[in-house]
Amino acid sequence: MSEQDTLEVRTVEISYFDGTKRTAEIVDREVPYPDGKLIVSRTDPQGIITHANQSFIDMSGYSEEELIGTNHYILRHPDMPAIAFKGLWDTIDQGTKWHGYVKNLRKDGAYYWVKATVIPNIRNGQLVGYTSVRRKPSRSKIEESEALYKTLMAEE
Amino acid sequence: MTFNLTVSPDFAPDHISGWYFFNTWLQRKLDVGIHLELYDNFEAQRNDIRADKFDMIYANPYDASMLVREMGFQAIARPASKSDETVIAVNAESLFQTVEDLKPGSRVATTDDPDVHTMGMIMLESADLDKSNTDIKQHSSYVVVAKNLLNGDADAGFFLKEAYDELSELIRSKMRVLVSSEISVVHHSLLVGPRMVEHIPAIQTALLTMQDDDKGKGVLESMDIKHWEPMDSEQTEFMIDLIDTLIE
Repeated sequence: MSEQDTLEVRTVEISYFDGTKRTAEIVDREVPYPDGKLIVSRTDPQGIITHANQSFIDMSGYSEEELIGTNHYILRHPDMPAIAFKGLWDTIDQGTKWHGYVKNLRKDGAYYWVKATVIPNIRNGQLVGYTSVRRKPSRSKIEESEALYKTLMAEE
Repeated sequence: MTFNLTVSPDFAPDHISGWYFFNTWLQRKLDVGIHLELYDNFEAQRNDIRADKFDMIYANPYDASMLVREMGFQAIARPASKSDETVIAVNAESLFQTVEDLKPGSRVATTDDPDVHTMGMIMLESADLDKSNTDIKQHSSYVVVAKNLLNGDADAGFFLKEAYDELSELIRSKMRVLVSSEISVVHHSLLVGPRMVEHIPAIQTALLTMQDDDKGKGVLESMDIKHWEPMDSEQTEFMIDLIDTLIE
């Protein structure tokens, strides 16, 4: 956990872009990103998870059965501003690679930070889905991102 | 017509003879001539690959990407339960206990192995280190990387895990692993080029049953491969997409 973690628990209603909502218990506790691992997932063009590797299962706290067939936004932490994800979708919609720092929400309400890269999967000229690979971010990048996202959230 | 086979130069030198045995075995199975050419560095091999010199390549994941997307090769098999992992090691006496202990200005010993170097640099990111704030020196082999750590000429060294594990016990006892990757989905593969495409069914059949007879089994052992597993185009594309996410 990070030094700033309070372990405070709050109940938050999270609204997704497609109009669905869910109520989640959020715990202010960081789960450190494991050294040397990559979290890998793939989705279809609508963002529905079609593949999750073991690191993804371990870090998200969900089982493989729970992840497959679910929208990737299940990981969205309420501290992440919507505009950050708009940037992601605008970039990959153009067929290009997106990099960013993301605070993810675990099933147990705790969080973990990642450096994420998302690329479109093109087969015979057609978009068939997206691959997302997450790796360990540096503490300084996490701090920069936390400050930036707080500012952006205040503006939303 | 004689076809040309080459092997990514990152395998342990102990297995060189294994690849010659494999070539002889494969020629007999297919009843075609195949010439094996080995290289001791990636750059020279890559230049010859780009010059379209080869028909069959046992390639590292980075070269597989170029071969499939730019040169029309098809991945047909991969070695079973063998993935490409990277180790960052330090001198056993070093004060560095985690990657985050490494500071700007750190001296890094590496090789020209593209996947190991890239993964090594990715694992340094968590310490805010990149090529702009480290002193990176490329060496001709993993043994030379180890020597640099032992002599105190480098703070950290990048190794293919398989090559690290095959260093002598004496050398390994003087080093310590700081971090080892656990990616498991990035691996070498055997690819076949457009000129040899009509032989793919026969090659696949031969490879996938290789462990069933004593001769084939012996050749596999000399290459340090348990058996071959089939690879289809989607598995290949998945690995290439993954590699793409790792390249800046």
